[in-house]
Amino acid sequence: MRAQRTPTIRPNPSLWRRLDVAARMSVPAGLTVAVLLVLAAPFGFPGQPEVQRASALCAVFFWSLFRPTSMPPAAVFLLGLLADLLSYAPPGVTVLVWLLAHGLALRWRRSLVRLGFVLVWFAMVSVACGAAALEWALTSLLTFRLLPPGAAFFEAALGVGLYPIVAVALTHVHQTLAEPDMA
Amino acid sequence: MIRLSIPVRQALSKLTLPVLVAAAFGLMLLGKADTLIAERARMALADVLAPIYGVLAEPLASSRAQIDNIRHMFTLYEDNARLRAENNTLRQWQAVAQAVDAENVALKANLHWLPDPTPNYVTAHVVADAGGIYARAVLLSSGPQHSVTKGQIALDDRGLVGRVTELGARSARVMLITDINSRIPVILENSRSRAVLAGTNGVRPRLMFWPEGSPPTEGERVVTSAEANAFPAGLPVGVVHYTSGKVAEVEPYAQLDRLEMVRLFDYGLRGVLPPEASVAKVSAEPKK
Repeated sequence: MRAQRTPTIRPNPSLWRRLDVAARMSVPAGLTVAVLLVLAAPFGFPGQPEVQRASALCAVFFWSLFRPTSMPPAAVFLLGLLADLLSYAPPGVTVLVWLLAHGLALRWRRSLVRLGFVLVWFAMVSVACGAAALEWALTSLLTFRLLPPGAAFFEAALGVGLYPIVAVALTHVHQTLAEPDMA
Repeated sequence: MIRLSIPVRQALSKLTLPVLVAAAFGLMLLGKADTLIAERARMALADVLAPIYGVLAEPLASSRAQIDNIRHMFTLYEDNARLRAENNTLRQWQAVAQAVDAENVALKANLHWLPDPTPNYVTAHVVADAGGIYARAVLLSSGPQHSVTKGQIALDDRGLVGRVTELGARSARVMLITDINSRIPVILENSRSRAVLAGTNGVRPRLMFWPEGSPPTEGERVVTSAEANAFPAGLPVGVVHYTSGKVAEVEPYAQLDRLEMVRLFDYGLRGVLPPEASVAKVSAEPKK
């Protein structure tokens, strides 16, 4: 039945090849989960939770922009849920913020992908600032407490600053490990 | 797999994001309406991660210690001079403490003083930060057969750390005294006046609501008060420190930024626990 659906010009994929493709498709989400879990480990450097969330947001934005088939909304939802549970924040806040970042990346995709790195970074500046501000506002609202905004500024700055590093690393992964055509 | 026509599939894929955004709002409402579900989910995840982080914590701590050692090499001379001076002061205090202790024993014997019962305690490893950005808390690995309960009081070797607020099967979360939701009844030791110590998510919690006319003085010792039946009286908390903006803060004795082990004391105080905590404890007891 599958043979009818696949065009005859392609070789009939073997089980291993299909597994390989599936593994490559799950690299983006898998890597982001790994980043979240590893940066929740007790390294004890200052600002670790901010670094964890900012780098994960960079990864979600990067993959939503450059390989959205491997970072579908459902994956963003689950990643946000994991981040919420790890950070003991009110559940749903990170989910919403990351889904919105994902939606923005999808919307800007056509124009941004053609433009250079610097403009993508500018887009990331607005995403990081918006995400930190929304997170702060929602968390304040849900805990009925005006939280000190310092952490939000720090998180936004980290998101902006970490993006080039994350992007360089992930561009490499994007062209090698996460590329289903290389299976 | 259900086969769908291409337009239907496209329409569905366009709908996914709005539906999931709505689901995120639903999650927020659910988390607000039923805090117990979120707490259970968190602690289930913490139960899985705590042993793993527990294994990781030791090599990570030792590598941190190595880095500290290297840093201390450069300040060896100043450290030694400072320690010698401190040692001299401490020797004087030791003499005072021994004299006062002897006097105290004599006075208690004369008064037929009933000694306070020694509380039970367990010691647990701190395996991870559990605060995130807008909270200050740590995760403890407690092992599967622990006797940790909600409301137990955590102390490190120097002073008050916080209280157990969430409990899993293998892990427990301790809200630190610096958390923005932390409110602790305290006594200012010199004036014996009561106050409330409120966390701000910053390094030093703030003092509030001291009686008119007896403001906290710089360097005054702050200990817990038995008010509200949440803490026993007299646990060391920290010393008063005024900021440049004349705000009374407390420098905690406990090394909250580098907690490795804490002792959890059970004083049997259930003053400020939410109702479900005592229910959970009662239902957990017959299993033992």
